[in-house]
Amino acid sequence: MSAPSDEPILRLENVSKSFFGFYAVRDFSLDVRRGSIHALIGPNGAGKTTIFNLVTKTLPPTSGRISFKGIDITKRSPSEVARLGMVRSFQISAVFASLTALENVRVALQRFRSDGFAFWKSADVLHDLDERALALLHDVGIESYAHVRASELPYGRRRALEIATTLALEPELLMLDEPTAGMGHEDVDRIAALIKNVARERTVLMVEHNLSIVADLSDRITVLARGERLAEGSYDVVSKDPAVIEAYVGSEHE
Amino acid sequence: MTHLPDTVTKPTTSNHTLIWYGLGLIALLAAPFLFYPVFLVKLLCFALFACAFNLLLGSCGLLSFGHAAFFGAAGYVAGHAAKEWGLPFELAILCGTASAAVLGFLFGYVSVRRSGLQFAMITLALAQLIYFLAWQLPFTHAEDGLSAIPRGKVLGLFDLDNIMVLYYTTAAIFLFGFIAMHRMTNSTFGQLLRAIRDNEPRAISLGYEVNRYKLMAFVLSATFAGLAGSTKAIALKIAALTDVHWATSGSVILMTLLGGLGTLLGPVVGAGVVQAIEDHLSSLPADFAVFGLFRLPPITAIIGAIFIICILLFRRGIVGEIQHWLDRRSGK
Ligand SMILES: Nc1ncnc2c1ncn2[C@@H]1O[C@H](COP(=O)(O)OP(=O)(O)O)[C@@H](O)[C@H]1O
Ligand SMILES: [Mg+2]
Repeated sequence: MSAPSDEPILRLENVSKSFFGFYAVRDFSLDVRRGSIHALIGPNGAGKTTIFNLVTKTLPPTSGRISFKGIDITKRSPSEVARLGMVRSFQISAVFASLTALENVRVALQRFRSDGFAFWKSADVLHDLDERALALLHDVGIESYAHVRASELPYGRRRALEIATTLALEPELLMLDEPTAGMGHEDVDRIAALIKNVARERTVLMVEHNLSIVADLSDRITVLARGERLAEGSYDVVSKDPAVIEAYVGSEHE
Repeated sequence: MTHLPDTVTKPTTSNHTLIWYGLGLIALLAAPFLFYPVFLVKLLCFALFACAFNLLLGSCGLLSFGHAAFFGAAGYVAGHAAKEWGLPFELAILCGTASAAVLGFLFGYVSVRRSGLQFAMITLALAQLIYFLAWQLPFTHAEDGLSAIPRGKVLGLFDLDNIMVLYYTTAAIFLFGFIAMHRMTNSTFGQLLRAIRDNEPRAISLGYEVNRYKLMAFVLSATFAGLAGSTKAIALKIAALTDVHWATSGSVILMTLLGGLGTLLGPVVGAGVVQAIEDHLSSLPADFAVFGLFRLPPITAIIGAIFIICILLFRRGIVGEIQHWLDRRSGK
């Protein structure tokens, strides 16, 4: 199923999600262009995380259609979608707490091996993956924590570990939910640089509150409020949109 | 918050594990000269059973309340194979173990999608179904059970009615199961199980079909529970309803938690403690009055009390607490 390069890698058509009658996302459509960095912004509770959950199939949509690389994924399972090449990070950092940073990344790398069910095979063979895993940890600047348990990592480092684990799968579409939340200044700059770097070969859809990062990185921005699309375009266009300014100012006064 | 060194620190690989292994092996070889061998045979069977249970709970976080079904059903099948079909010892054990594997697949297929209390309840319900079948099916002989199961000979050579042959054969089976399960937890598969236990949504988002891994773990755990049950039935020459009763499922949970969940030797120590208590108390009257109000079999009451005390005092279990203490001493 090869798609022409101008076809969007991800397409949402009139997607809605209601929780017991409350619409967290309503009639939302979105095209994410292949190779772009697309940011999803909006006040808290706008429905950004819900959209991530819908796209990665963690939640089933109430209505609408979602396609990835031209394949209708509306009815696929989350792990299937992941294997198609769409990998996400979570808003609340998701790591394997009892494993070391190195082992965390190896869990992702193990997916390329065929011995996932080999209960007779010593885990020592996984040391083959160490070099690649260390390189990934190096990319996010936490190589020195390789042998520290994830549960003992400071919050910012844990987020970095999550991104390294996500990148290990070399996803075509990388979905990052607030990748820099809770990070110190230095880390934020490093992650921003990293995103810019990895986006050269893939598509990134990200939710981000830090507007300077959004302005710096994104090719295109979709602004969301109360589950609906408020505006879309480049940072310059969107930031001057009166509806957007009102939504942001309004939410800050709440 | 703990301050972390900004250098590459390898975890100190625990030398304790090796010492534990050595001590364990010596204890296993010397035990029949110190204790009553038949008691030890029973203990080893329950220890293997507890290890199998621990394999599922410790590495997968799945609390099964129906493991007696695998232990008991395998015992019936192995006993039937030895007694009615006249199969040799090894094949009878194999039949029992295989039946537990099949049963494990069926149980697991229905239950692994669920977690927590729902999972525990489904496994309990399915195990009750097996208990009912054990009552009703002709070959299990209801309340009488299977008795006078012939033990036969190991490799057709060594007569298992010789108590030392019986002990060392059981010890060998136990050791095989123990090492095999240890390898599993430290296999490429075991590594993914740990990841799934730690954070299932994350494992899914990395593209893993987590239910298949859990099902595999469930089948393996049931298989080893079956190996324990088959060995017990033939070694002690009986397969009875108590083996499939829910109280046996409860007992194996108790052994595991008492000894130390997720530790290597915890289930073995827990099984030893519970078996020793049961053995010592078996001479007590059948039941006694608590505060003159209600009557309880003393074994149940005393084990219950010990369990409560242990859970309150040592949450990590006996082996867990010792390991924690050793780690702390060597760490700082
Ligand atoms: N599983 C759920 N059940 C009920 N309501 C939910 C659920 N998930 C999200 N919501 C609601 O949907 C709205 C959007 O939430 P979310 O997508 O997390 O917003 P954002 O990520 O933009 O801050 C919120 O009002 C939230 O309370
Ligand atoms: Mg959110």
